[in-house]
Amino acid sequence: MSILVFVEQRGGRIRSVSNEALGEASRLKGALGGEVVAILPCASDPGAGSLGAAGADKVRLAAHPGLGSYDPAGYTRAVVAAAVELEPALILFPASSLGKDLAPRVAARLGVGLASDCTALAVEGGRLVATRPVYAGKAIQKVAFPKTPAIASLRPKVFAPVSNAGAAGAVAIAAVSDPAPNRMRLLRTAAASGSKVDLTESEVIVSGGRGLKGPENFKLIEELAGALGATVGASRAVVDAGWRPHSEQVGQTGKTVSPKLYVAVGISGAIQHLAGMSSSRCIVAINKDPDAPIFKVADYGLVGDLFEVVPALTEAVKKLNAQHA
Amino acid sequence: MIQVVCIKQVADSETRVKIGADGKSLDPSGVTWILNPYDEFAVEQALRVKEKLGAGEVIAVSLGGAGVQATLRNVLAMGADRAIHLKTNSPADPLQAARALAAAIRDLGAQIVWFGRQAIDDDAAQVGPMTAELLELPCVTSIASFELEGTTATVERDIEGGREVVEVTLPAALTTDKGLNEPRYASLKGIMAAKKKPIDERPLELGEAGLEVVSLALPAARSAGRIVGQGTAAVPELLRVLREEARVL
Repeated sequence: MSILVFVEQRGGRIRSVSNEALGEASRLKGALGGEVVAILPCASDPGAGSLGAAGADKVRLAAHPGLGSYDPAGYTRAVVAAAVELEPALILFPASSLGKDLAPRVAARLGVGLASDCTALAVEGGRLVATRPVYAGKAIQKVAFPKTPAIASLRPKVFAPVSNAGAAGAVAIAAVSDPAPNRMRLLRTAAASGSKVDLTESEVIVSGGRGLKGPENFKLIEELAGALGATVGASRAVVDAGWRPHSEQVGQTGKTVSPKLYVAVGISGAIQHLAGMSSSRCIVAINKDPDAPIFKVADYGLVGDLFEVVPALTEAVKKLNAQHA
Repeated sequence: MIQVVCIKQVADSETRVKIGADGKSLDPSGVTWILNPYDEFAVEQALRVKEKLGAGEVIAVSLGGAGVQATLRNVLAMGADRAIHLKTNSPADPLQAARALAAAIRDLGAQIVWFGRQAIDDDAAQVGPMTAELLELPCVTSIASFELEGTTATVERDIEGGREVVEVTLPAALTTDKGLNEPRYASLKGIMAAKKKPIDERPLELGEAGLEVVSLALPAARSAGRIVGQGTAAVPELLRVLREEARVL
């Protein structure tokens, strides 16, 4: 029995979330047996040889001119064809925006369950059990899979990639039939105006809330984020007020994040917000109200006026960066 | 044009989760039940399409116990024409829900099947694309804008670091993200009218499960850390602990 791992490329480059899934597959290989097979839909080989070091024993390239950018129907067919042929015990996807779109289609075609956005996988009592946050992180659900293959998508930045696992064996070219007339076409992809890194894939996040008093003051957050190499996040209150785009919202009805460092500025800490960021490794809160709920989950709190503290912190971080440059 | 909106009743986002006696589900006591917030955008967009075309029918579909009818009634009050209630007291996993919805929708002749991007309880984000796949409909997930020209819809969706513009030919399934529109509140007139609108109640036998819930538990509590100080004077100490203790800088 093998583990099939969907590898995501964009613009001919393999995305790092794929390496996280390959890393977890190579760790589970001991318990589940078999080998790790990467399935990579693409227009032409984006460097499949590198997947061996990331944990793949074999790579199947589903190369077709129509698969260069994400085509849901074509990608679904390619993964389902590999699954039908290999009969894997488990199929893994990154829970990226592409993976979240693709995995349910594959599960529906195969008629099996899917555990989305998992934070752990383990073999317990002889069966595979997936751990996944629900209610935006207010509770943790464990699920098992009555049928094979089990399918899981993995939350970005949770699973460690492996390096130097070995060389991938054969890179097989999977036959890909020409797509049926497609009723759905990707016209173009526009770059986001703000950060290039999505919140869910960020190592460091600086989030701002209502304490900033107005959208123009978010430049303080952007400057601190710039100094820290961080992505900008926002509370629901400021997104609902139209100060920031919804793509920046952290919490229930926004994004659930687990960065290495989360800095909450002028955010009191509504239950929906706390749910979405409490699994961050280190939380810093800056707020003028010492009784704000955010301090109950923060590792380090700084009580003060953000309009003074944040510029001072930005300057201090810049100095630190200059010393280490 | 016939449009179907698949909706789910969920626990309000204010809910403090308590674990039920079975150790696998939410303790429903004291929970306020609401229309899943992402589904509000789906309902709103369907109503806007109908209003723009000046004709058509919006059918709301949901599955669950008797309590679901209050939420369906709310969607009727917003302006949907009729509702279908697939009645089951067993919790459905996404595959079971998708199969039940696909079977109920298949013969309705819908041009657009709407879903919220995900439900804020199980956060699965599966039922929309799964149902579409079972119905062999093209499906665009997490749409943030919507334009309709004849039988072609042009939509945008956020991806990591960018925004995709996708064109899809109807019939199609679409799942809605926050930011798509500003959902309306039910008017008093709408609430009165909803009382007379039909809810077609159909008993539902769930098919085989795709997932088995092993347990539901609260996350490990995060202990409060410490206040490193007050005002700008505490900035050097904050940087020191981030570098030396937490080692995150």
